Parts: sequence; C-alpha cells; structure tokens
Amino acid sequence: MSNPWQLSSARIVEKTAETPGVATYVLQLTDDSLRRRFQFRPGQFNMLYVPGLGEAAISISGNPIQEGLIPHTIREAGNVTHAISSLSTGDTLGLRGPFGSSWPTELCEDRDVILVAGGIGLAPLRPVIFDMLSNRDRYRRCTVLMGARDPSGLLYESDYEDWKRRGVDVLVTSDRPADGWHGNVGVVTTLLDRLPLPDPASALLMTCGPEVMMWYTAQTAVARGIAEESIYVSLERNMNCAIGLCGHCQFGPHFLCKDGPVFRFDKVASILRISDL
Amino acid sequence: MNQPATSDVWYFPKDGLTELIRVLQEDGFDVIGPTVDQGAIVYASIQSAEDLPKGLTDIQEAGSYRLEKRNDESLFGYVVGPHSWKKFLFPPISVVAAADRIEGHWEFSTPEEPQRPFAFLGVRACELAAIRVQDQVFLKGPYVDPIYQRRRESAFLIAVNCTQAASTCFCTSMKTGPRCQSGYDLGLTELKDGFLLEIGSERGQQLSRSLSLRPTTAAEMAEGDLRRQQAADQIHRTLETDGLPNLLKQNLRSSHWDDVGRRCLSCTNCTMVCPTCFCSSVTEVADLNGDHINRERRWDSCFNPEFSYMHSGIARDSIPSRYRQWMTHKLSSWHDQFGTSGCVGCGRCITWCPTGIDLTVEVLAIREAAATVESVDRGTNHE
Amino acid sequence: MSGKGDTSMASNAGRPKKPRVAVFKFASCDGCQLSLLDCEDELLSVASAIEIAYFPEASSDMREGPYDVSLVEGSITTPHDVERIQFVRQQSAVVVTIGACATAGGIQSLRNWGNHEEFLKCVYASPEYISSLATSTPISAHIPVDFELRGCPINRHQLLEVIIALAAGRKPRIPNHSVCLDCKIRGTVCVEVAQGIPCLGPVTHSGCGAICPDFNRGCYGCFGPVMQANCDGLVDHYQSVGHTSEVLLPLLRNFNAAAPQFAAVSDRLSSADARESEGSQHV
Repeated sequence: MSNPWQLSSARIVEKTAETPGVATYVLQLTDDSLRRRFQFRPGQFNMLYVPGLGEAAISISGNPIQEGLIPHTIREAGNVTHAISSLSTGDTLGLRGPFGSSWPTELCEDRDVILVAGGIGLAPLRPVIFDMLSNRDRYRRCTVLMGARDPSGLLYESDYEDWKRRGVDVLVTSDRPADGWHGNVGVVTTLLDRLPLPDPASALLMTCGPEVMMWYTAQTAVARGIAEESIYVSLERNMNCAIGLCGHCQFGPHFLCKDGPVFRFDKVASILRISDL
Repeated sequence: MNQPATSDVWYFPKDGLTELIRVLQEDGFDVIGPTVDQGAIVYASIQSAEDLPKGLTDIQEAGSYRLEKRNDESLFGYVVGPHSWKKFLFPPISVVAAADRIEGHWEFSTPEEPQRPFAFLGVRACELAAIRVQDQVFLKGPYVDPIYQRRRESAFLIAVNCTQAASTCFCTSMKTGPRCQSGYDLGLTELKDGFLLEIGSERGQQLSRSLSLRPTTAAEMAEGDLRRQQAADQIHRTLETDGLPNLLKQNLRSSHWDDVGRRCLSCTNCTMVCPTCFCSSVTEVADLNGDHINRERRWDSCFNPEFSYMHSGIARDSIPSRYRQWMTHKLSSWHDQFGTSGCVGCGRCITWCPTGIDLTVEVLAIREAAATVESVDRGTNHE
Repeated sequence: MSGKGDTSMASNAGRPKKPRVAVFKFASCDGCQLSLLDCEDELLSVASAIEIAYFPEASSDMREGPYDVSLVEGSITTPHDVERIQFVRQQSAVVVTIGACATAGGIQSLRNWGNHEEFLKCVYASPEYISSLATSTPISAHIPVDFELRGCPINRHQLLEVIIALAAGRKPRIPNHSVCLDCKIRGTVCVEVAQGIPCLGPVTHSGCGAICPDFNRGCYGCFGPVMQANCDGLVDHYQSVGHTSEVLLPLLRNFNAAAPQFAAVSDRLSSADARESEGSQHV
C-alpha cells in the first residue's frame, strides 16, 4: 500500500483570475504515470502543498473526464492559499489526493437536478455541471441556483451563457443590491422558493456554500417537497491530514475528510444545528 | 532447560526476568518497561530487571498520584502511570514527509526512520485493549499510517496481569480487564517468588524456547488466580456503558457541559495521557535556509481552541464545547467510527486531570440529569 | 516513491525588498532584545533577510523611519513613554510587541497593586526628580498592536519565526496551546498531580518548552495566559486541595501579573482575603 503522506509534484499549467481574491489554477502532475492514473469524482478534494507553509484542502473544480488536468478554484484565505496566489504558470506545488466522498451523480439518471451554490461554493459543484453538459440526456431538468454577496462574487459568470445554451439553466442572485445590477436581489433560497418544481418527489438537490446557507436551502427544499434523502450538502471543517488520522475535521461521528465532505442531508441534519459541535 | 510443549502456563523464578530481558536484547529489541522517574512510574528503555520499580506501588485518586513503598519486593505491584505505550507506537513527534530543494527543484519524500523493534514489558490488560483501539484507527481504516504500522508490526508485547487496582481503575466496566486475554506474545502473572508465563503467539512461543521454564504446580496456579482475583476485587469504580453512546448523542445540549466547563482547564492533559487519543497536527519545520523541510506530526488535542480553526472561525470556541467533543468522541462517536468505545477504563484521564475531573462521575451526572428530565416529561404527560 | 518538482515554488519566488526592522525599548530588562542577538547560528540569515534599521542595543548605525516592522520591548511606565510609543506607531507599518513587559506590563506592573508615591520615597533620595506613572501597562493599552510575542524572556525561535513570517507576508506560526501539552510531548511527569506542586502550566501559553516542570518546579506563567485560560477553575481547584492565597497570589502576580486573566483571578483572591481578615477583625 502506498504511503498516504507522499506528495506528488504538480505544475500550474493555467491560471485564471475569477472573482476578487479567487483564481482557478489548472494543475498537471509532473510524473507521467501518476498523471495518467489520476482520477477523481465530482466533489472530491486534493491537499495542495507549498513547502514551508503547509497544506490546504481544496476541492477539485474540473471536468472528471478530462484526463490529466486538475483545476482548483482557490480563494485567498490563509497562509497556504495566499502563497499559492503568488504562484504563476509554470510553478509547481505539492499535491496529495484525491480524497473524500463525492456528489451522487450516479443517482441523477432521469431526475430533475438542482445545484444551489453560495459564492465559491460553486467550485466543488462545477464537476457536476461538467457531467450534466457531457451527459445532458441522462438528466431531466438541470438548474444551477447561484448566489453571491454581491454581483462581483458570481463565480464562473462568463460560462453561464454557455451552460444555458447547452441545457443547464442558471439563475443568479446577489445578496445585496449593487450599482448596475438589475438581476435578483436576495439570498439564494429565494430563487429556490420561486423555482418551478413540477415533480419535487423525483428532484435531487446538491448544495455547497456557507453552512447556514446550506441549512436554509435544505429547509426550503424540504418545504418545496424534495425529500431529505435527495438533498446533498458539502461541509467544511479544518482538515489537516485528509486521511482520517489527525482528528481535526470531526463533525459528530463523521470525519469530514474521509466520510465527507459530501453528505446526504438526513445523515447530518440533526447535528447541523448544534452550535460549536 | 524445560521446553514448553503442551502446557499453556509455565513458571520461572524472579531472576528469570533478567534472562527474559537479555534474550530480548540479544534478539535486537529495545526493551521498554516501567521504571521510576520524576516521582512516577513511567515507560522507558530498560537495561535489566534492576531498572524495574521494585517494592513500589502507586496511590491514585482523581487529580493525584503518589508513589509509596510496598511491604514486599514486587516488580509489578502498581497499575498504570502517566505514560502509555502510545508514545512508542504513535510518537509525540515524528516526520511524516519531507521536502528538499535540490538544484532549484523540490523533491518530496516520506522518510523511513530506522527503528529498533520494541519489546514492551509490562503491558496491562487495559493497555492491550488500547493498542487494539489504536490498531483500529491507524491500521484498519481506508488509510494506513506507515509510522504506526512499522513500529506496531515489529513490537513484541509482554503482558503483565494486574494483581491490584487503583481507585481510578474501571477496566471491568469497559470489559477490557483486569485479566489479559489476548493480543500479547507472552503473558506474565507475578507471584511472590516467580512468574507464571502464558504464551500468546507464535513469536512468543519461539522466544520462550530460549527461557528456563518449568511446568507450574497447582499451588502456583492457585496463587496466580488469587492474585489476579485480588485486582478484580479491588475495582470499585464503574462506568455504566449501557446505552451510553445514545445517551450522549441525545444530550449534546445538556447544561452539564457548562458545569464541567467551569472546572475543565482545557489544558489537554487527559488527551495526552489517554492511551487511545490520536489527534495530531502536521506543521512545517524548515532548516535555516529553507531548503529542507520536515513535515512534523506532533500530538495535538481537541482541547486546543485552534484545533478546530477554520477561516470562518473556531468551530469549538468554548471549553464546554471542547469537553463535550472529547467525551462524546471517546464514549459515543468512537463506536460509529471504529466499532468500539474509545475508552479502555485505565483511569489515566481521571488521575492526571489537574483539577481531578472524573469522566465516570460526569457521565453519571449527565445520565441522572437526563433521567430527571425524562421523568418530568412523563409526569407532564400524565397530567 | 518520491515526487519531483522542477521549477520555482512560492517560497523561493522573487522576494520583495528586505523589510526595514526597528527595535525599540521601553521599561524592561533588555533580555528580550538580547534574544535577537542570541540567535548566533541564525543571525547571519536573519541579517540577510531583513534590514536592521534601528537597534541601539546592537548597532550605533541608527537610521530614521518609517519602518516596516518595529519590535517593541518593555512596558509603558513614564509620561515620556506614553508619547514615544505614539511616535513608534506612526513610524511603523507593523508593530510587534516582544516579551511579558510589552505584552502584559511585566514584573514592574506589581506597582499597579502598590502605592506608587511610597515606592518613590523609599527608593529615591529625591523623588521629586522622578517622572513616572503609577502603573506599568502593556503597549496594547496605548496603541494598536499587530502581533504580540509572549514570554519572559521570549523564545528566540519564536522571534525568528515572527520575523521570517512577517518578511514573507504570512501569519506567524506560534503555537497557542498550554504548557501541559509541551510537558506531555517531552514525557515530563505532571508536577502538580504527582508532587502536589502548584503549577500555572494548565493556563499558561506554550513557548518555553516546559522547562520548569522538567526540573520539578511548577510553571511560573512566564508566557502569560493561554488562549481562553480558565484561571478561575485552576485557582478554585488549588484552594480546594489546600493551597492558600499566600502561595497562589505570588504565583499569579509574577512576570505577567497584569495580564487580564491572571489579574482578574489574583484580584479575586486578594479581595476574598481582605473580606476574610475584615470578618475576623469583627470577631
């Protein structure tokens, strides 16, 4: 069995600025055989490593079937992500992964699928959007509900038109009004409130964003007739080892790194509202 | 020399221990055993039976540990101290990975430090159980920890049955002791003049061939039974485990956590002395010019506020929430995660808590508070 | 198995110009700034990573501000200090206080509980020439501080980490746990549990490497209160096992006496004492 602490070297082959403080880094493992073997499922994450600064858990935001290219959309938040932000194309960093559970794309067959994202929470959901676009006829209605604090936080905004054209509807909202913004104003759950849902019993919803946003999204979804068992959330806790050995990311009985980050809502609903857990 | 053949239990006199240690050393083992240091019985490298705590015992209470002289020359006449075997299998500091800048390139490696195999002399029943628990954590999950694995697989375990108990012991509640049942290579029971030896593994069998053993007499067997029974009889502390995982899950909002939180210092002592606690953090340790970086894993604790730090804030930002995390993990969610309790009933967290917080008492308080609420609820329903 | 990277990493990416560092001294013993000079092995690397622009203790070459990072040692004890620290703040992009004096008022903050006038009369032949304040206060009581490095004296490795981190524009990695964890990591037996020695380790910030308990002494709290220190819980326990305020007060009123968590509990102890002696006078 391979050593789970072993890092591999990955090169930045493309760097794209996204929203303020957020950029997407497309990584490529420098070792040929590792590159060919690397596969991930939507919703999984990698540990990205900058020597001397440490590792950060970053979800993979790319297309699962695109061999060899591993995009990560990263917000500058701590020492490691700050250091990554100073890297440019051609630079390398360390990588371990992929880790964790994934979005249930295998359960989407012939169902209405709704993705609800808050800010950078769209990044871990983007692999699902790629799957929708590649296998559009396998899904029924595909909807992305995207909310951000203000319009500048609408991640991947330039792709929305393309997604819509290819059959994935995108509805956006800004939490706050802003100059020049004529779209929806209000939290993302207001979009879910108004979304036509002809067959909620067969609908499947995946959500990623701040915990409180996911909680209210799930409440709204249940009120709209979507079963708790058909709602999936992606949770966040401090991840240090990613392999279930360090204890940091525990949330109730779960290790977020190996049992999560993606959970069926009913498995975590009872503990989500307990403060300081 | 008497060769063990069919009998399961053998006898050797007190000085046979010297022979046992010598044989282990000749086989290349670093023999680790109990020895006196800083007013306590700790685990450290020992050279001979002379290093063992002869004629000493430990008096343990919640928040207190004292060594006292015994009126005999027993070598194992005490229970467990502040150290556990964890510090050898899951070292307090270890290097999990390294990065080296070589001619402007970074190379990543996972160093394998050469490690003399350990022979642990004097592993108690609760400690065998603790090692089983950590095996579950480090070896039986989807990822295996190579540092623990290397050390664990080569370790030779010589168990010793307790012949007395401390007031903090509750292995009988956790069904882990006091009798060593399995998981050892050799098992000892100390008698007045010698030891009973049980063989627990193929490796133990092999090693025993180098020892001067003889079959036991009925009197020796009876003495062994009597001494082991004495330990069992001395255990008075209990922890009711029936329905415990659910009890704690249902009482995450209990006001009792605030009560413990006033006494708990969140100092991490309970987690450090616990033989099953496995939390750690990896940090970067760079050399001066930053060309060699060790990714160093150090023991850490859910009692440290920053243990649950996220960019959005600290998840468990109060002492009550951290005590709740520790206890519910140990006694409840551990079952979900590893199919067993995280507590083996060794009592270390009780003894070594600077303010003497006793988890068996805290569990009882939560159980009683829950029972009161329940009976009040029932009362209301009747009306 | 080993991974290979073949181009530059973040940590060796083009470094901006060397930060200008100044070292200022207020009421203190100089021990903390000497820690910087103590970094013998590391001094050359440090000197190459930063520009030491103002460090009277080390060099007569004193350049004017502004400074990128100012290390401030000592507490505020005179009216002149009060003005000078404002100047330091104005001249500094980042202010780091180093040591117990600068972060908590130091041992000299014991005057906060005494009679300043009396002290002056006892110590100085001509107290009228002395201009000092009745209190010793930490730097943060006067100006915003960007980072506080604790300890009496500070740990030089931590100081290096702070300097290197600030030079690299990242948050310093200074562990925030209690001394107990350090004792356990080095295998030291708890002196409180095994010997009944009152020890501040459970509520004291890590940084010293838990030296005192290793020499069978209780922790003196040199690194000040740990994050979210439960000093009341510790003192309640010590009292319950028979330690009196005669032992506990001097323990708490030490190098970090005026640190708010230590001061609150020592004040509680001494006012309880006062009530008690008042009560016994009535009897």
